[in-house]
Amino acid sequence: MSENIGMFGASGSGDTSGFGGLVRSAANFGSSERPYGSYFDEVTDELERAYPEFSDAIEKVIVDRGELTLHVKREKLFETAMKLRDTQSLRFEVCLGVNGVHYPEDKSRELHAVYPLLSMTHNRRIRLEVSVPDSDPHLPSLVEVWAGNNWHERETWDMFGIIFDGHPGLTRILMPDDWPGHPQRKDYPLGGIPIEYKGATVPAPSERRSYR
Amino acid sequence: MTTRDSYASATDTTEGRVYSVTGGDWDSLVTEIGQTKEERVVVNMGPQHPSTHGVLRLVLELEGETITEARAGIGYLHTGIEKNTEYRTWTQGVTFVTRMDYLAPIFNETAYCLGVEKLLGITNDIPERASEIRVLMMELNRISSHMVALGTGALELGALSPMIFAFREREKVLDVFEMVSGLRMNMAYVRPGGVAQDLPKGAVAKIRETVNELRHNFKDNEKLLVGNTIWMLRTKGIGYLDLAGCTTLGITGPVLRSAGMPWDLRKTDPYCGYENYEFDVVTTDTCDVYGRFLIRMQELEQSLRIIEQACDKLDKSEGQPVMVADKKIAWPSQLSVGSDGMGNSLEHIREIMGTSMESLIHHFKLVTEGFRVPAGQVYAAVESPRGETGVHLVSDGGTRPYRVHFREPSFNNLQATSAMAEGGMIADVIGAVASIDPVMGGVDR
Repeated sequence: MSENIGMFGASGSGDTSGFGGLVRSAANFGSSERPYGSYFDEVTDELERAYPEFSDAIEKVIVDRGELTLHVKREKLFETAMKLRDTQSLRFEVCLGVNGVHYPEDKSRELHAVYPLLSMTHNRRIRLEVSVPDSDPHLPSLVEVWAGNNWHERETWDMFGIIFDGHPGLTRILMPDDWPGHPQRKDYPLGGIPIEYKGATVPAPSERRSYR
Repeated sequence: MTTRDSYASATDTTEGRVYSVTGGDWDSLVTEIGQTKEERVVVNMGPQHPSTHGVLRLVLELEGETITEARAGIGYLHTGIEKNTEYRTWTQGVTFVTRMDYLAPIFNETAYCLGVEKLLGITNDIPERASEIRVLMMELNRISSHMVALGTGALELGALSPMIFAFREREKVLDVFEMVSGLRMNMAYVRPGGVAQDLPKGAVAKIRETVNELRHNFKDNEKLLVGNTIWMLRTKGIGYLDLAGCTTLGITGPVLRSAGMPWDLRKTDPYCGYENYEFDVVTTDTCDVYGRFLIRMQELEQSLRIIEQACDKLDKSEGQPVMVADKKIAWPSQLSVGSDGMGNSLEHIREIMGTSMESLIHHFKLVTEGFRVPAGQVYAAVESPRGETGVHLVSDGGTRPYRVHFREPSFNNLQATSAMAEGGMIADVIGAVASIDPVMGGVDR
């Protein structure tokens, strides 16, 4: 994650005012240790049993705020998804779409795709996370696994420029077909129109002084 | 001398040269069709069409009156709300997300706030009264949303009276919203840590009165539609989507429940204390438009049951706080509903401007800077009238969200249009789309 330096950017204590209150902790990028708690141990055990290449496919397992995140290598994403869907003891039959996150500072892992999965059979939720470099933003499409991912993958392509290989028709969905750029990326400015009010101009939101 | 624009074609008119931007999609489709020998009719329905629920565009390929291919085109209402929230504080985000699915603002707000609270780690510190008010408002909102779904759905299939009755009832719910929050839609009433302010005096009594009226008036629409021959002919067996189709397409909400699956997050993964309320999950096994219609009708009654229970709880918790105790997170301002909506109460202004410098500083810092949220990501979901509204929030530890993503049920469920409409009659596509109940504000965000 980025370090914010500047007039209002806090560093060290994470609190410039006494009113920030919360101590700002660095993002947890390390893998969690077993036991994970809740049903998370069972899910990872079952996946390990069903998928012999588990240790090779999963980069790290993170348990944070009562949620399990499996970081998967992109080469193994499709296989992992199939196992998660079809193994009797896992049965993640619903994928709630895919969402991109852009971390420009996370070198050669700039673009992340996040898949929230739901197992209605066992009433469990887990999250898959895959990262790809900005220079080679290719991911296997999961439309074959969960057909409902179709529009979600189109949206993620539209907003982040992640290319889902094997998607039946990867076109823009929210922005016009001829739109240049991918708006949700951090290097894409929010823009806006400077508004003049009684002679004073109010800059666009992304141009304003910020407390970050 | 003119410059060439690859995206706009130019025509010379008497007024001079005119550039018009043309959708590449439509033009290329027409050319493509012109090259094949067989006769195909492609109808472009929408985006400006009264029965497409806002700006939804359907491209239908027809053989006679039968649809052989249906494609939905969206994006006409894309407003960049997700991007905008990255430049505002966590609290300001509420005012943005409430405008996504504009028929279910309270659900957007609650899902977002549950996410923020999970990130902050204060989920268990939310006062009970705040959760009770959230439940009350959500169920009222479910009624107002279902009323639009039923009313417009019936209108689109040619039944006018149900629409009038439905909007009559919806007004009553909106009146309650106005009394509580000062606004009828997009209230930004649910805030991280609780709700913006307590219910005004006499609100619970008024809500009980409204519940009775609604329960009585719902019968009007029931009499008009349930068992009505024309209505049955237009809805039975239409828009068929079975359970396997629903799960692979990630469909949730009434459409999933019409396939016989009793999946409701209020029961399976309770939030805001839903486990303390008694209500039933309504299902049918018809997988069609009629089943979805029946589910919505019966969910109205279930919502009234929950509202009554919430009212009882609210009577008991009278006077308790509605905002988290941590003053570093809680909105500092005491609000009140005035004639022009919700604003700072006079007492609060008097205190910060006249008596306490510290209060003023506290107010200023928290309102302009906001609170910091520890880095990490969470997913929070609520059962909205249309299905699972999920929020994926990412924080980098700052006072503004790093990423806000809404998994909108309308967006996801609209994918089922093709599955429901293809092979059916063109007149039935309207009923099928209406039974999905998409809200384009939520679809496009």
